[in-house]
Order: sequence, then C-alpha cells, then structure tokens
Amino acid sequence: MNIIVCLKQVPDTESQIKIGPDGKSIVTDDIKWVMNPYDEFGVEEALRLKEKHGGEVTVVGLGPKRVTESIRTALAMGADKGILVSDEALDGSDSLANAKAIAAAVKDLDYDLIFTGQRGVDDDLGLVGATIAELLGIPQFSIIVKVEVAEDGKSVKVERPIEGEALIIESNLPALITAQKGLNEPRYASLPGIMKAKKKPLEEKTLADLGLDSAEFGEGARKLKILELTPPPERAAGKIVEGETPQEKAAELAKLLHDEAKVL
Amino acid sequence: MYFNEEHNALRDMVRKFVDKEINPKVDEWEEDTVPLHELFKKMGDLGLLGITYDQKYGGQGLDYWFDLVFLEELGHIKADGVPMAIGVHTHMATPAIHEYGSEYLKETYLKPSIAGDIVSAIGVTEPEAGSDVAGLKTKAVKDGDSYIINGSKLFITNGCQADFVTLLARTDDKPGFHSFGLFVVPTNLPGFVISKKLDKLGMRSSDTAELFFDDLRVPAENLIGEPGEGFIIQMKQFQHERFYALPGTYIKARDTINMTIDYIRQRMVFGKPLIKNQVLRHRLVDWITEIECLKHLTHHIVRMKIEGLDATREISMGKLIAGQLSFKVSNGCLQMFGGMGYMNESLISRYFRDSRLLSIGGGADEIMKEVIARFEGI
Repeated sequence: MNIIVCLKQVPDTESQIKIGPDGKSIVTDDIKWVMNPYDEFGVEEALRLKEKHGGEVTVVGLGPKRVTESIRTALAMGADKGILVSDEALDGSDSLANAKAIAAAVKDLDYDLIFTGQRGVDDDLGLVGATIAELLGIPQFSIIVKVEVAEDGKSVKVERPIEGEALIIESNLPALITAQKGLNEPRYASLPGIMKAKKKPLEEKTLADLGLDSAEFGEGARKLKILELTPPPERAAGKIVEGETPQEKAAELAKLLHDEAKVL
Repeated sequence: MYFNEEHNALRDMVRKFVDKEINPKVDEWEEDTVPLHELFKKMGDLGLLGITYDQKYGGQGLDYWFDLVFLEELGHIKADGVPMAIGVHTHMATPAIHEYGSEYLKETYLKPSIAGDIVSAIGVTEPEAGSDVAGLKTKAVKDGDSYIINGSKLFITNGCQADFVTLLARTDDKPGFHSFGLFVVPTNLPGFVISKKLDKLGMRSSDTAELFFDDLRVPAENLIGEPGEGFIIQMKQFQHERFYALPGTYIKARDTINMTIDYIRQRMVFGKPLIKNQVLRHRLVDWITEIECLKHLTHHIVRMKIEGLDATREISMGKLIAGQLSFKVSNGCLQMFGGMGYMNESLISRYFRDSRLLSIGGGADEIMKEVIARFEGI
C-alpha cells in the first residue's frame, strides 16, 4: 500500500519564542526548526504499515528550502521519496491555502492512506488535515491513536480517544488520518539511514508546477488574519502555605483558595 | 563551515538519543551503574558504535568529522561516566582490532562490538604500572597454540560488564618496547576473575573493576598484530583514546558554564543578581575563550587525522588542556554556586567530581607533558 505523509517544519518546542517588531509574527533568527512532533507519529505509522503491507511512503512538505532537512529526516527514518512544495508566493499563507497546495501536490499520486499530524505545534490550529481530505474528497479521521489496516489493504480501523472512552471507526480506503500522541513511539533516523537519505529522490515543486494561481496564496489571500500576538502572562511566584500542623496548613490553604484565588 | 547536512542530521539524532534514552536515566545510573548491553544494543542499531570503521564489519566507513559530531553530542550527557563507558568501547578497546587485528578477530570481536551485541574493556593499567606502561607485570607465556596469562589489571572501566578485554601483557622479560602482546581476552574463559567493583570519587555511573588472570589460556590467534608489538600498537591506540576525550570536554565545559550563568542570573546577593559582578563575568569569558581554543585545536586534529598525519603531539596537547580546563571550569563554577554547589543534589557537584579524572586517566597530565617535551626536543 502506498502512503503519503504530510510534514510541517515548526520551531523546536524548546525554542525561546520572541514576538517580532510588527507584533504579528515571531522572530525566526535563532530558531531551530524541527519536524512537527505529531507529523513524526505519522511518519512512524506509515513506515510500520509499509513494513507490514509493502508499498511506498512519500513525504510531502511545504515551505521554504529549509523544510528539506525535515523531509530528509523522514527519508532517513525509512520513507522512500520526498516532495517539497516551495514557492515565494506561499509566504504568509493560511491553513486553507497551504492545504490547497498540498492537495494539488498529492491528488495525482497513487495512495491508499494519507497521514498528517493532528495539529502543528506552532499555530495549534489543526486545520490542514481536514482541509486536505475535503479537497480530495476522501474520509478523514482526526486525533487517532491506533491504526489497523485490513489484510487485503482495502479498509482501515482507527481508534480515537474520547473522554476516557475509545471511538472505533472503520472506513474504506483511501482515507486521511491525523496522528495523535500515543499512536506510536517514532524511531530515530539511524546513521546508515541518514547516509542513504541523500540518495533518495526529492522533488521540488512550485505553485505553477502544480497548476495553481499564486494570487490565491500568501498574505493577501488569507481568510484568517492575525491581528496581534501577545506572550502568555508571566507566571507569578509560588506561595508556601505556613502552619505547624497539617490541620493548620489545610485551614490556611482553604482560606487562601477562598480569599485570594477565589476558587472556593 | 565544517559540517554538512549529514553531519547535522547525525548531530540531531545523537542529541535526541541523549535527551531521551540517556539523560532521563543518569541519576539512576549514578546509583547503580549504566547497563551497557542494553545501551550499546540501542546505539549499535543506530550505527553509532563504528562510525569510522570498515563497512565490511558493520561500520559506517565515515570520516572523522562524523566521529567528532558524535563525540561532541555525547558531551551533553549529564554524567561523564556514561560517555566514558561508550568511549572505552568505541575509541579505547576496539581501534587496535580494527587497525591491526586479523580477519578472525575482526569477524569474532569487532563486528559484534560495532553491532552493540558485546561490550569491551581496555586492560592496560596495573597496580604498579599506570601511565608508566612499560613497567607492567602481567605475563603471557606462549604454550603451543595458546598463551597462558597471569597477573592483574586495575581501574578497568566496563570491567564488570565486558565480554572481552583488550589486554596488554608482557610476552618477554627483555627490556624495551618490543616485549609485549596486545590480546583479545574473552571474559568467559576459565581463570578470568573480577575481584570487585571499585568505589570512585566521580564517574560513578561507570563500572570500574580490578581483574585477575589466573593461568588463563587464550588462543594464540587472539593476539592483535605481530608478536612483541603490543606496546607499540597500544601507544597508537592511545591516540584514539585521548582524542575521544577532547570534543566532549569542550562541550561539557560550555554546558557547565551555561548552567552556571542561568543560576547566577537569578541568585540575588547584596540586592543584585550575582552575575552583575564584573569579576565573575570576566572569569566566565576567560574560560569560554579557552574552550574555543580547545575546540579549534580539536578541529585541527580532525583535519590532521583525515590527512593521515601523525597528530600525537597535538592530541597530547589537547588532552593536557582538556584535563586542566574541565577541572578549572567545574571547580570555578561550583564556587559560583556556593553552598548549593557543594550539595550532591546539584549537578555541578557531580560535574566537579567527574572532571577530576581527565588529568589522570588515559595518560596523566605529567605524561602528556613528557610526550610534548619529547616532540619539542626539550
């Protein structure tokens, strides 16, 4: 079975995020870019399915040239080929436009399953997966922690956690699955894998290559506009509850929760 | 400037491996020793235990820049005993087998070492012969198709867990450098005795043993290289051992400084953060400057190694600076942590204890100075 994994490059979760002078974007100078962790679950699941059922895994990334590094990481993990959709006109695009470009890049490929992360850890919107499925006209299953493909490779059974219960859904293929933490433990890119990755095919495509009109992309075409970014409030200093005995401490804590935190 | 996309990918992978598979466990390993078979298997699967070794034996056949990147990232491990245990396996006990070993030795010992299936140790030091290697007493006497080994080895890293020891023993009573053999000694042979796990000041996550050989009979085919040349081969193997120590040292020293800066930024003394004291900032940048120098000496050594030049002089200089610098930085940073730094619960106290070994092990500072003096003709 052939599987496509869509991949986004995001700031490393340990990066110090600073808001830029325009108040609407972040300073990207010192940022270390990594593969979106949720997409990594998608890559791992695709590789496991390939190991079981055969076929090919294609990784599709979108963004500037640096995204190649993350595609190569997926190739080093064991994916077979990569596609980078890269075009200056894409700068500043919103989720809808990005999904349009990715859908155009994959629509003519031969695929049974598409994986995306359930959301990017940068903007936290979780829109791209669903939008790609809609544009391709295939079923979509979001926030999935378990994937089982039938022996004949024609259908899939997935599990989505809901309020402590599990929702089990079955579907024909092709379908799109958005990966959630818990789906698997992604493997490391081995050193032999890293050395092999540079010999694997990696195609670069512009919007024109995909037959798309660049006017529908970029800052100007955004349906979702960012008005302002603000940092989260600084965490206030903690407080140690005083008291000689547990009873005294509990009484003091109750008083503080009532009078100061006003949660009781 | 020095690193390409593959080097960077290796760096990312090793960093991730250290962050996920090693650092969360080091506190536990400081108490009860790093489990080497488990760790080495994971590393072998990722191709990390034979980066520069021949692909025929499962190595990666890559250049010393890859090796450098690997060693630099191991510097981020939060207990030096762990990278030391790894370094013994990759840079101290196996290089001689790779360079001088027979096909049989490579197939039987190097290949599973690279795969991470077996663990190795290097047996040179003895109760009465440390840096003065030529004074060693362990004897290997030829008897038909085998050698019979008698003697003991002290301070042997990985000694309790090793499947084989690369052992230097005297094969002849003649004085001089051509009376030694370097042997691959499997630890499951009769006559191999681990006397005890030794209790150390630092490097507590690594196991260190005293080993005894009591009429241990090892097949003659387990001799590495030509008979009588063991000492010469070991002197060459020492160059890998000493090189191993350099990248991790400048990375660890910088991590130590970064950790200290974070602490003295928030530590208030006389109403202002400690870092506001110019004397401390100057001390920090002195060390940072020296760290930069060691880094570039190390990069220069990598270039020499790639060119096939003899880097003994430069490696000895690097090892000398590394030992002095790591202790100076950890000691000075501990001072900035004050009483908190003296507590075992703070990482800096572990770094301080660990750092003391580097001026002793792998050839003491004094030996490095002798080597350099010889090169300088003084």
